[in-house]
Amino acid sequence: MYGPLWRLLPGPWPVKVILALVLVAGVVAVCFLWLFPAIAPHLPFNGNSVQTGLPLPGSAPLST
Amino acid sequence: MTALRWVVRTLGELFITLGLLVLLFVSWQLWWTDVTANREQAATIQTLEREFRPPALEHRAADPVADPLATLTKVPFGQAFAIIRIPRFGADYARPVLQGTDHDTLTQGIGHYSGTAFPGQVGNFAVAGHRTTYGKPFSNIDLLQKGDIIVVETKTRYLVYAVDRHVIVTPDQVEVIAPVPQQPGARPKQAWLTMTACHPRYSASQRYIVFARLLKAIPRAAGLPASFMTVPKGSVG
Repeated sequence: MYGPLWRLLPGPWPVKVILALVLVAGVVAVCFLWLFPAIAPHLPFNGNSVQTGLPLPGSAPLST
Repeated sequence: MTALRWVVRTLGELFITLGLLVLLFVSWQLWWTDVTANREQAATIQTLEREFRPPALEHRAADPVADPLATLTKVPFGQAFAIIRIPRFGADYARPVLQGTDHDTLTQGIGHYSGTAFPGQVGNFAVAGHRTTYGKPFSNIDLLQKGDIIVVETKTRYLVYAVDRHVIVTPDQVEVIAPVPQQPGARPKQAWLTMTACHPRYSASQRYIVFARLLKAIPRAAGLPASFMTVPKGSVG
């Protein structure tokens, strides 16, 4: 998988190294900015509130 | 033979990649969310402080604040409307309170449970905050002791609460945010503040709950006495 990718990169090896680093940085950026924020709400360890699905006695939910 | 070798190598590379992605996710969750959330929340605090600043003297008399709750109850979902200061967490600890407790809101600060009382109101002003990640506003909630001061600052007033007690509950025990905490159905006679955060740290199996009672409501014009902002001895901040 990585072998063919390496061969695809043009130029002598120092250029290939730089291009590879740029690709890695791009993947990290996509993960940090879009992928991870999108999946985080669905993971089981991110709850901080008590369940508010039940109506609370003596309180009317405010319209949002 | 070479085909098998290719399959094994590619599988191995895939697994290594997946492992690296998981590590990357952990570093994002535990480190990067704090970096971005702290920056955003500090900016929100600055905006709120600007909004809360009283207008110039000549305009003030014309705009008496008859009902300090009137503007609060109209706060739209997701909007910041108050600042919480907790001397036990450090002299400069200040976090925004936003309307609502969904995932997005809680990444931007402390969330106010919709339908519960507003700051200073008789009933229960209930808020949720992250114990870890996303700026972790309630990281040290377990250090709060009876009598510790919690100041909620709104456009019109400083609401000074004193910590009463804490409990550890399961996430389905919503009675902690009832108008009288832990007494659903009871008629509230005083103003409470309830803070909820996850427990234990890095888990969401339980909730750490702190109850505080309103000590004093001070109009903004009167100013907040410095004694309330004294950092207690032995604090982390």
